[in-house]
Amino acid sequence: MSVHVRIPTPLRRFTGGAEEVSAGGTTVGHVVDDLERQFPGIKERLCDEDGKVRRFVNLYVNGDDIRFLSNLETAVKDGDELSIVPAIAGG
Amino acid sequence: MSYVTGLRCRECGAEYPQEPFHVCDQCFGPLEVVYDYAAIGRALSRERIAARPRNLWRYRELLPIDGEPQVGPYSGFTPLVKADRLAEVLGVKELYVKDDSVNHPTFSYKDRVVSVAISKAIEFNFDTVSCASTGNLANSVSAHAARAGLSCFIFIPDNLEQGKIIGSAIYNPRTVAIRGNYDDVNRLCSEIADKYRWAFVNINIRPYYTEGAKTYGFEIAEQLGWRLPRHVIVPTAGGTILPKVAKAFRELAEIGLVEASMPKIYSAQAAGCAPVVNAIHRGSDLIQPVKPDTIAKSIAIGNPADGYYVLKAVRESGGWGEAATDAEIVDGIRLLARTEGIFTEPAGGTTVAVTKKLIEQGRIPRDESIVISVTGNGYKTLEAVAAGVASPFVIDARLQEFDSLHQRLVEPRAARLAGA
Repeated sequence: MSVHVRIPTPLRRFTGGAEEVSAGGTTVGHVVDDLERQFPGIKERLCDEDGKVRRFVNLYVNGDDIRFLSNLETAVKDGDELSIVPAIAGG
Repeated sequence: MSYVTGLRCRECGAEYPQEPFHVCDQCFGPLEVVYDYAAIGRALSRERIAARPRNLWRYRELLPIDGEPQVGPYSGFTPLVKADRLAEVLGVKELYVKDDSVNHPTFSYKDRVVSVAISKAIEFNFDTVSCASTGNLANSVSAHAARAGLSCFIFIPDNLEQGKIIGSAIYNPRTVAIRGNYDDVNRLCSEIADKYRWAFVNINIRPYYTEGAKTYGFEIAEQLGWRLPRHVIVPTAGGTILPKVAKAFRELAEIGLVEASMPKIYSAQAAGCAPVVNAIHRGSDLIQPVKPDTIAKSIAIGNPADGYYVLKAVRESGGWGEAATDAEIVDGIRLLARTEGIFTEPAGGTTVAVTKKLIEQGRIPRDESIVISVTGNGYKTLEAVAAGVASPFVIDARLQEFDSLHQRLVEPRAARLAGA
């Protein structure tokens, strides 16, 4: 199982500058854990002490916000794309 | 001379130098400009401000630019209209409309934030400016970029009103419409901003951009004779303006230009897109995003980046939030037009409708000063009200025809009045 993960600029220092990395898992939460295994320190940037996704982090599976799905329990499959996007202002 | 000392994360307090950079790399929190208020307090006075041109740069010590303003010489300082006829209908004593529907040059509050953002982008030596927008921001970025001679890319949802699309296209930016809603546009733009070295006013320039919204609050205070109102109702989309109006009042108190008696601030949203108002009603800190479905497209942002700060500002002020249905929004637009001669877009109709609700609920007392925020112009969104207004009476160019029309329209009314 391999998911493509899009890494935003503030996190690329963990991935050696890579914009996209592969990670394994059957749920978004598992993918985040696998990211942490590969790139130690990255999970703390995405999740708070209780393990919940931080307030200003948005996670999308194939373009859909995981808050409309099952949050970290959202299932992923081989070839899916997980985007990590900081919240942005506008209107 | 600048009074900015750097950027600071609003969440964890991590400090950063003043750069085109918007996200804390520790916790993803938004970065905010930090000022030396003691020095500003010494430099700025009511008299000094009063002597300056009537535009938003009259508060420049409290804005994050280093050199001279580069754009927006006529932006801001819009009228604070004493709304006596609307006050009578709503049954309140002292009511004002802060009217950014006549902001220069693109008729929305966005001319404030964009003036600051593009001035800053020029200071940072960018040659291309860009934005994700529900329409008004794109209009403003396109116009200011044209005048500054900058290249411009704008990104919008593919379902916007004609007026909003043409209102950008006329300035000749490169316009990209995304199949989807604003939140889809935002997500894409975040990735584009990562890849292309442009000044995205609401992404990498965001800390500076959002500061421009404070000028709406500064002007309310100055136009009331350096006094703060008791109640302010502000529309909420992405959540930029409401917390910044609160910040503006705090800053004026901090540097001694007004007395520190903070108004209650209320968030107005459309019922078809009310993630922040829902959280206020639930008493929750968690904003559950929604898929927008409302005619108020300019405030149809289902995943508001600064929604959490709207919650905080509303709660700290002792305010509240309400939502208005599309029908109530249209009624709000018509009510403002018919009583005050101000034609606003659905976002303004939302604010009027919500104000009416809050007064009827008794949350806003009838005998205290109230300011309604009108942030956009109705001539851009004619579709929203076209079905609800009367069509013209069509006649031939003959006096006789008009006489009979007049008889039909006016005399029965006069007769009714006489009979009563």
